Amino acid sequence: MGFEVLLKGKNMIRLLAGLGVALRISLISVIISIILGLIIGMLVSAKKPVISATYRIYLEIVRIMPQLVLLFIVYFRFSKMTGISLSAELASIIVFSFWGTAEMADLVRGALISIPVIQYESSRVLGLNKLQTYVHVIIPQVGRRLAPLSINLITRMIKTTSLVMMIGIVEVLKTGQQIIEANRRSSPHAAFGVFSIIFLLYFLACYPISCLSKYLEKKWEN
Amino acid sequence: MEEVLKIEHLHKRFENINVLEDISLSIKKGETVVIIGPSGCGKSTLLRSIIGLESIEEGKVLFEGTSINPLDKKDIKIRQKIGMVFQSYDLFPHKTILENVILAPVKVQKRKKSEVIEEAEKLLERVGLISKKDNYPRQLSGGQKQRVAIVRALIMHPEVLLFDEVTAALDPEMVREVLDVILDLSKQKRTMLIVTHEMAFAKAAADRIIFMDGGNIVEESIPEEFFNDPKTERAKKFLKTFEFEKEKE
Repeated sequence: MGFEVLLKGKNMIRLLAGLGVALRISLISVIISIILGLIIGMLVSAKKPVISATYRIYLEIVRIMPQLVLLFIVYFRFSKMTGISLSAELASIIVFSFWGTAEMADLVRGALISIPVIQYESSRVLGLNKLQTYVHVIIPQVGRRLAPLSINLITRMIKTTSLVMMIGIVEVLKTGQQIIEANRRSSPHAAFGVFSIIFLLYFLACYPISCLSKYLEKKWEN
Repeated sequence: MEEVLKIEHLHKRFENINVLEDISLSIKKGETVVIIGPSGCGKSTLLRSIIGLESIEEGKVLFEGTSINPLDKKDIKIRQKIGMVFQSYDLFPHKTILENVILAPVKVQKRKKSEVIEEAEKLLERVGLISKKDNYPRQLSGGQKQRVAIVRALIMHPEVLLFDEVTAALDPEMVREVLDVILDLSKQKRTMLIVTHEMAFAKAAADRIIFMDGGNIVEESIPEEFFNDPKTERAKKFLKTFEFEKEKE
């Protein structure tokens, strides 16, 4: 079935190390995206025309451009234009954060405008200042609306890291391909085994996050 | 008696429409003033202007003799002395009933949490909701939520309470339990300014009725006089619409 190649030498360890690379890139990008997304989402919902217009252009660019194209632009063109050479991993983190921030900010904006005005007004009447209103009233409610949506974004970001092998990063999918290539003679069915394991690895990486989302939804229900 | 709240020549415009035209009124300590009038006459806007949720074009709001600009951050201390309960359920959905009540006294007034909880429990007891203190707002009925909202305003120890059609969004059978709480406060000589559509309640609770129409105060008198012998045509017409509705029922 092709699973035997995984037991050969350090193949399984290599695959796991590849997954580690993918997860490292996504984890760093996710953290950056959440922080910047929250800030930008809040700025945008303040409805200042210049900020909103700039943000719309940014969001459209991110949505229209395939992530792969963004990766190529940042990795290949950016170094040529500026003379600064980026490592492939740094380029990936920049692209993924650029994408994640835009999407996250849009989720934050949507969640913020879904909070009824009366929540702000009753906070105000109770004497809460702006900061207190956000900390005690708005953000907890936004967080509850945001959790399932942002977790969906996080799993999408983890899956999409498979693209980074196109700029030479040896992550889990690339490692898998290498293993298949190297064992083409001895185990011609290696592809099935290797890709099944990669499927399983992605599942193991994303499933706990989905579970967390379900758990939070349940916890906040009552 | 001492005037707690005084409004002088208040004007408010939305775009080009005059919502409030030269409103002047004053409320004495311990007085329950009820504002009635047709929808869109500016009643709610008046309350919202007093507490600073709306900007005003002209005029003054005086609290205990000092002019306050409710939109001004410096006047936040004074604003806390004016409490308000809204028409729709304004409780914080992610907090329990008790947490809803104690949030502002603890965070804004910096009072000791244990003392605030004690007082909150006493107040919840008084409105019959102590058993719900650890529930979330969505587990309560509309009437119960409004009673909590009143407690949440009371615990700030306001000098004046504003009620903006607090029963308008309720099912008819729940109106009573909320109005009873307000009536109780009126008997305790709380200073209150109430906007309502409940005429029977207005009659029972008010020391004074203010009838508004088209952004103006049209008539101002004691309840007996207003309901039995309204002076102006507009008030007569307004009261008649209620009788008509009654006949239809």
